[in-house]
Amino acid sequence: MTPTPTIRVQREDFDLQAEIDLLSKGKPGIGAIVTFSGLCRDEGGTLAALELEHYPGMAEAEMTRIAAMAIERFTLVGLTAIHRYGKIAAGENIVLVIAAAPHRQAAFDGASFVMDFLKTSAPFWKKEHGKDGVERDWVEAKNQDDAARDKWT
Amino acid sequence: MTKLVYFAWVRERIGKSEEEIALPASVVTVSDLLGHLQTLGEEYETALQFPDVIRVALDQEHVEHDEPIGDAREIGIFPPMTGG
Repeated sequence: MTPTPTIRVQREDFDLQAEIDLLSKGKPGIGAIVTFSGLCRDEGGTLAALELEHYPGMAEAEMTRIAAMAIERFTLVGLTAIHRYGKIAAGENIVLVIAAAPHRQAAFDGASFVMDFLKTSAPFWKKEHGKDGVERDWVEAKNQDDAARDKWT
Repeated sequence: MTKLVYFAWVRERIGKSEEEIALPASVVTVSDLLGHLQTLGEEYETALQFPDVIRVALDQEHVEHDEPIGDAREIGIFPPMTGG
């Protein structure tokens, strides 16, 4: 049976252990769980926070499409993807991906695949807020992110 | 009427997050739409001056610029995504 992914777009923080427990409950076929968390880094002490804007509705839809591709391609037993929005201070969580599979390689690949596609096709945008309280510019998309996604095709 | 929704710096430069507009019959593809919007005023011109970098979604699904708009009810227009 194809598992239904857990997809959430939320303002509040998430709890890694609680999400792992939720994903693995009642699935004794799981032999490997890979979790990826993305955090807001302080860019050498200069960044106070990131403002995450998203396209409500499409963000969930796109994450669901990415999750379905990953489940099919790597035969995952479970998948969770949570992305936060709003103002996120340096050191706080932004994104969580949990991939579960019978063996480790599929779990590693599944989590990596979901992150590579999330970065380039899920409708989220980051704006920087400096330590000095000044609102800075929007983060620019990186070519290396496109390259990371394209390696899967 | 078609609902247009804007995000990130496209939203800031146009100065609104959404609007309903009537599309002229000459607007067939996404590319036509971006061209048409640029005639609506200086803020649109600034926001869309480099159409190659602009991403578009028809009813919340990504499309290429040569895609016909068809009967899409909601068109999202935004810069390359930087989530994750």
